[in-house]
Amino acid sequence: MVVDARNNAPHYLRESASQTAGPYVHIGLAPGAAGFKIFDNELGWDIAGPNAKGQRIRVEGCVIDGTGSPVKDVLIEVWQANADGTYVRHEEGGARVEEGFRGWGRVITDFETGEWGFDTIKPGKVNARAKMASGVAGKVRDTHPDWQGRADENHAPMAPHLNLWIVARGINIGLNTRMYFDDEAEANATDPVLNLIEWENRRATLIAKHSGDRDGMPVYRFDIRLQGDNETVFFDV
Amino acid sequence: MMHPAEYYQRDRRIHPPALTPDYKTSVARSPRLALISLQGSVSETTGPVFGHGDLNPIDNDLIKNYAKDGDPVGERIIVHGRVLDENARPVPNTLVEIWQANAGGRYRHKKDTYLAPIDPNFGGCGRTITDADGHYFFRTVKPGAYPWRNWVNNWRPAHIHVSVFGHAFCQRLITQLYFEGDPLIPHCPIVQTIPDPDAIDRLTAKLDLNATVPLDSIAYRFDIVLRGRRSTMFENRMEGN
Repeated sequence: MVVDARNNAPHYLRESASQTAGPYVHIGLAPGAAGFKIFDNELGWDIAGPNAKGQRIRVEGCVIDGTGSPVKDVLIEVWQANADGTYVRHEEGGARVEEGFRGWGRVITDFETGEWGFDTIKPGKVNARAKMASGVAGKVRDTHPDWQGRADENHAPMAPHLNLWIVARGINIGLNTRMYFDDEAEANATDPVLNLIEWENRRATLIAKHSGDRDGMPVYRFDIRLQGDNETVFFDV
Repeated sequence: MMHPAEYYQRDRRIHPPALTPDYKTSVARSPRLALISLQGSVSETTGPVFGHGDLNPIDNDLIKNYAKDGDPVGERIIVHGRVLDENARPVPNTLVEIWQANAGGRYRHKKDTYLAPIDPNFGGCGRTITDADGHYFFRTVKPGAYPWRNWVNNWRPAHIHVSVFGHAFCQRLITQLYFEGDPLIPHCPIVQTIPDPDAIDRLTAKLDLNATVPLDSIAYRFDIVLRGRRSTMFENRMEGN
């Protein structure tokens, strides 16, 4: 922030405007899917890495547009905590997570069907913001999210969830949503983000269904509806 | 205990709305219900970390990173600038990825069928990590304009797609870089999804004569601004800006 010396007004830069990722997003972010090999290490294909603790899971789904058709050129990014509820972080000397745990990945669809899927581990609960509603700001001065993956009197836990960011042709600015798990009903019931959604019937749009098991891993189904009946909840984060 | 600071709320008025009927594909792909505003939790104020070990040094040189038997055809350009936040502070060590059509306006993508030819020496993507001052640079060829199906006769201005991470998942941004003076900019329904003319101007890279390489490459300057972190009163000490 710069202060204008003439009138003491704070001056901030303005964020660069978003533009659609377009139909050829794969060239930049998943060139192998575009049909060619260019980088030795294409990023985003392994979210959890080989050393991650916790339950290995598979997540599958489809992004559906307002006409009910699958979106076949979508790209989804995943951001998640490890099984302890800890995120990889930039500050303070880096991660306290298992070696090789990135917590981030990229998922693209089958160009013919629009189906996508990825393997990862089920994240743990992570702390929410401090409970401002129940206290005064002066009492709970620290209103910032806690790094630690444990709940305390000021921080309710958030139920295990994946953070998703969806871009595609026709999507002008990336859509943020979350995926929760249907076998975490108790944690979901007190999750402060789910409870923020005024329309209780819409909360179900964020909850993936355990649809079976494959290769010893639970498979969760999570369809994302961009528009229309049961439109998925998207967040302004 | 250190905590990640929160970010300024995103000013949605400078971004395109979800529904922009002149860009037809947005009509069926735009949420109709309001976004739920979410104050930042640790899920939003953290983000992935990338290092130089993830990349090769040649990854930011699109003239060489797919060359088979010579350089790609086209106007040789340098695109450089800084990644900053709204507080005008540099964003160091963040991943910047780009992708683009070749000089003829053709993408190396199995779904692109435009009649301009593929360039055997041009892949069309690159990536780099910003330095300690937030600087990045790429060398490439200037992409060509190309037609696309929207109205019967739509042409995209020359552009490079840009993806930036920042340090928090809530800073994640994909945008497009345009070139100063391109007469197609005011006619493009995708550019014009942005309601604010100043915001379009900020996506327009400017000729940077001093950064050109004489007898070799023209340079364009393009700064990218990500959301800024809030100052926090913490233990009676100001943090942040």
